[in-house]
Amino acid sequence: MTVARGPVEPEEAVSAIRSGDTVMVGGFGLVGAPLTLIDALVETSDADELTIVSNNIGEPGRGLGKLLREGRIKRGISSYFTSNPEAVAAVNSGDMEATLVPQGTFAEAIRAAGAGIAGFLTPVGAGTLLAEGKEEHVVGGVPHVLERPIHADVALVYAARGDELGNLWYRHTARNFNPLMATAARVTIAEVGEIVPIGGLDPESIHTPHLYVDQLVWPR
Amino acid sequence: MTSDVKHLIAGRAVQELRPGEIVNLGIGIPNLVPGLLGDDASVFLHTENGLLGVGPRPGEDELDPDLIDAAKQPVTALAGAAYFDSAQSFAMIRGGHVDVAVLGALQVSIAGDIANWAVPGKDVLGVGGAMDLVVGARRVIVTMTATSSSGEPKVVAECTYPLTARGAADVVITELSVFRLRDGALVLTELLGDATVEQVLAATGAPFDIDLEDRRAA
Repeated sequence: MTVARGPVEPEEAVSAIRSGDTVMVGGFGLVGAPLTLIDALVETSDADELTIVSNNIGEPGRGLGKLLREGRIKRGISSYFTSNPEAVAAVNSGDMEATLVPQGTFAEAIRAAGAGIAGFLTPVGAGTLLAEGKEEHVVGGVPHVLERPIHADVALVYAARGDELGNLWYRHTARNFNPLMATAARVTIAEVGEIVPIGGLDPESIHTPHLYVDQLVWPR
Repeated sequence: MTSDVKHLIAGRAVQELRPGEIVNLGIGIPNLVPGLLGDDASVFLHTENGLLGVGPRPGEDELDPDLIDAAKQPVTALAGAAYFDSAQSFAMIRGGHVDVAVLGALQVSIAGDIANWAVPGKDVLGVGGAMDLVVGARRVIVTMTATSSSGEPKVVAECTYPLTARGAADVVITELSVFRLRDGALVLTELLGDATVEQVLAATGAPFDIDLEDRRAA
């Protein structure tokens, strides 16, 4: 899709998420996380058995931590589960599967998915626990790990500002994984702090061009 | 570990930094570095969550909910700062554009292997940017106490904790001494404070070469 629909109510937007889906969620901790969309997913959707791709699984009872408490996350793909002790407990009790990925590999794998790259070789993680089960290739005498892209069915992102076409602008360190995730899912839903008319964003400063964005949602 | 010990280690790490360098700081002792840099510090601090040009902690009236560091604590951005997404941030790290990473560790082997992200059977669910940083930064400075809270040496023959990367440490600074990686092995190059070689030997779990530089007076 080339033009975003909306803005619509967050409940309508998250109805695109089905049980068993893989859902990417932006944010570093709660900064840059689409909290309105997460709340709508928790409160109005009954999708479960979800695979969540997010740097963290929220905090206890906050952000994705709410979805975790409802037992609707089957698997988490993250670089740092530890920031939510309840996520660690859920993994240890077998209630959630965990795939731990070095943060730079996590970011690059999402970027690769959006950019049509089938895999990449990185020296990061070679010879460690996190390379187990992955192909290793020695390049120039240095061991590298073959990493695959991380795709999703739906991406939930947060941008401080967007226009009615779906062009997005992020603010400060709230950018983090959001522009990457916006490229890597079949459906991208953007929660936007302020929606301006077409032409209201400086084309030189747009971080995510609108062709990546399918749906706009106001925050609450 | 007393605050004095932490400040001693962090203060010695500051002396390793050169003007103009791009520096990434880990959690723990490295977090003391900004406060010890002094007003005329000319290094640029990089944080993995997307900021080059990290400034001091904000006052209450300067708090910005969109502005944090990798420890998820509020920071400010200096004049000349730049924001970027996480893929670019790690391209900077992995691509060798970050000059120095200062980070803590649980163990460092005599060959420079670093274990700093997991305790076996206890905590293997948070790696963050640790592996990217030790592989990608041009110089890796490890800041840690010489022994663990239970008295076990942290410089060891072989890491028994899960590895972060092999041969990645360039400098290891404890409250007792400085080690440098030379030809694939750590060498004791400096004693700190009143420490003696005997104390360093007793606090180290592996044999090492000694080549002391005469800088204790400095």
